[in-house]
Amino acid sequence: MNSKKETVGMLLAGGEGKRLGLLTKDLAKPAVPFGGKYRIIDFTLSNCANSGIHTVGVMTQYSPLLLNKHIGIGKPWDMDRQHDGVSVLSPYTQKEGGSWYSGTADAIYQNIHFIDRYDPEYVLVISGDHIYQMNYRKLLKHHKEQNADATISVIEVPWDEASRFGILNTTDDLRIYEFDEKPAEPKNNLASMGIYIFNWKVLRNYLLEDARDVKSSHDFGKDIIPAMVSDDRRLFAYRFEGYWKDVGTVRSYWEANMDLLDMEGMVSLNNKEWRTYSHDSNYPPQYINGNTNITNSFINSGCWIRGTVDRSILFENVEVDSKCTVRESILHPRVKVGENSVIERAIIKEDTVIPPGSYISTPEGEEPFVIDSENVELAVMK
Amino acid sequence: METMMGLINLEHEHDYLSELTYFRCGAAVPFAGRYRMIDFTLSNMVRSNVQDIAIFTRNKYRSLMDHLGTGADWELDRRNGGLFILPPDWNDPTDISRGDLSHFHNNRDYFNRGRSNYVIISGSQFLSNADYQEAFEYHLERKADVTLITTRVQNFEKEHEASLRIEQDDRGWVHNLTNEHSNPHLFTGVYIISKELLMKLVDECIAHHKGHFFLDGIKANLGDLNVQTYEHVGYTAFINSVESFFRNNMNLLNPDNYKELFYKNAFIKTKISNEPPTKYLDLSEVKDSLLANGCEINGEVENSILFRGVKVKPGAKVINSVIMQRCTIEEGVHLENVILDKDVTVRQDQTFIGSPAKPYVVAKRKVM
Repeated sequence: MNSKKETVGMLLAGGEGKRLGLLTKDLAKPAVPFGGKYRIIDFTLSNCANSGIHTVGVMTQYSPLLLNKHIGIGKPWDMDRQHDGVSVLSPYTQKEGGSWYSGTADAIYQNIHFIDRYDPEYVLVISGDHIYQMNYRKLLKHHKEQNADATISVIEVPWDEASRFGILNTTDDLRIYEFDEKPAEPKNNLASMGIYIFNWKVLRNYLLEDARDVKSSHDFGKDIIPAMVSDDRRLFAYRFEGYWKDVGTVRSYWEANMDLLDMEGMVSLNNKEWRTYSHDSNYPPQYINGNTNITNSFINSGCWIRGTVDRSILFENVEVDSKCTVRESILHPRVKVGENSVIERAIIKEDTVIPPGSYISTPEGEEPFVIDSENVELAVMK
Repeated sequence: METMMGLINLEHEHDYLSELTYFRCGAAVPFAGRYRMIDFTLSNMVRSNVQDIAIFTRNKYRSLMDHLGTGADWELDRRNGGLFILPPDWNDPTDISRGDLSHFHNNRDYFNRGRSNYVIISGSQFLSNADYQEAFEYHLERKADVTLITTRVQNFEKEHEASLRIEQDDRGWVHNLTNEHSNPHLFTGVYIISKELLMKLVDECIAHHKGHFFLDGIKANLGDLNVQTYEHVGYTAFINSVESFFRNNMNLLNPDNYKELFYKNAFIKTKISNEPPTKYLDLSEVKDSLLANGCEINGEVENSILFRGVKVKPGAKVINSVIMQRCTIEEGVHLENVILDKDVTVRQDQTFIGSPAKPYVVAKRKVM
């Protein structure tokens, strides 16, 4: 029997991330490289570690190999523990059959036995595909102070974008009376960040009930939260102030990377108080060879730079040869850029070799090209 | 299959790096942007299928222990075997051993319990990217008593003077080890010996009140032992002075040396820290330099080696220098031929210039 834990974190990491196109061709969205050294899921795992939540279940489903390998036994996040730590929870079969996770609520439902092992008071439900740095302890404190059944973290979004989000309508004391999923005419601009804290006993019952409902889509936003609202449960919003981005599309993925360069104060990789942890493959220091010109960029170990790099993010072991210009681009691990090439506003996937003299430039305002070793020849023709 | 166990013997390494070894042993001195000297020997052993490694250390080992931890970053955190750091806490009242023989005598358990029949012994001052597996096979094949790893040096520098030179007969057996400076065939300090012979020679040395295992146990018995050599080909560095430390850091700014040392076999492993990628800002101008992660560059860096987390502010110039972890170079500072140890801050508008032969060295945590 495991010892009791106050809070168990449940991290949804099974998403396919269809709108990320080539970036998730054979990779789960939370495992997509981000920020020169990280994978997207590192931000939420680091949030858990920094918030002192060391019992975390990660639900994987789509293309999980690299994601599972990345999480491993949780060492980078100090979650390699004897009795709790991180557990990768994949869909499974039992005597009476089994199925894929059919929705976010179903993923938790299928892992009720995992949560019950720790007999927690609270369950934190988060997703592994958002970029933000947040102390879940504050959210939990708010939850306790309000004596809530559930607390949903919200962020103010621009009014003209509010219809893209799940909008929470609240009373003045932030009690939620209505949940509007992508409303055509939003009454509010407080968007759900997909971060929930539930009293486990309450959520457990809703999950059991939801699982019996054949018409349900088994989704937190569409089914569980509306059901709790209509039962007049104590649901509260918690206002988060800071940087938060859902990297759901190629464009938002690119923007979020660029935000790391532009919004140091809002989201910082170099914050000693709130570190972002990841793996390190022990590459030697980066080598800046000759008269280069590198500005406003992040460059990781093992890189070899001989050209111009501006407003770009280079992962480990990237080579940029002489007379190249790399601008506003994201180069994944082990990309090689041959001499005399220009790369502007593009995302180059790992291990891609860009032949010398290539010209890859996404027109301003368009969705950045994603280049891999299969389409690189086509791209160069553009 | 026969295997080797490892021993890194730091007993005879003096604290030769002045300011850099005030508070740490030579093996723990930072090198090449993110490593410590001992990483090279450790990594070479691990890649040569060595699963147990003991370290004989006598003093200033705090930072060494901090660096090594459980050995996990070298994959030496093993349920069986792994890393054994063996500082001197000895309580044998009958002990008459001297010098490094005391380490051998008091740590007999390490050798007796180890599963390997052979031992590879090394110091920490010889740097290379080597695989000793072939040398070991050669040792077994020729049924040698001892195999010395050697190298040939083209350009003699002062640091090579301390190395023993090899003289061999025409069948390759070593008959003399000298300090003949003109002989380019150098002993690297790394050698392979069977555990049985090692312990026998240790007992003999102790019985005769000797104090230096290699000189008294092996060099003095060259006539009775079959000692052969295995030559390491590739980039090497011997570091035993501030001058050689500085020059061998700078040598890595030659792309061929960098590739040979870091990419030839497997990677050199070191303690994993958690630094973000290095950030280059608006005013960064970097030329021919090695930079570790976590730096923030907004000034000029040329021909230099920057360790993790170094900050270079606008208008600062760092030329021909080695800047260790978490140093801050403020606005308008000019550094040339300088070694800054960890956590040094150089306040605005100052100039420090040394020479390549005598770099200006600043000790840890100073504010200038």
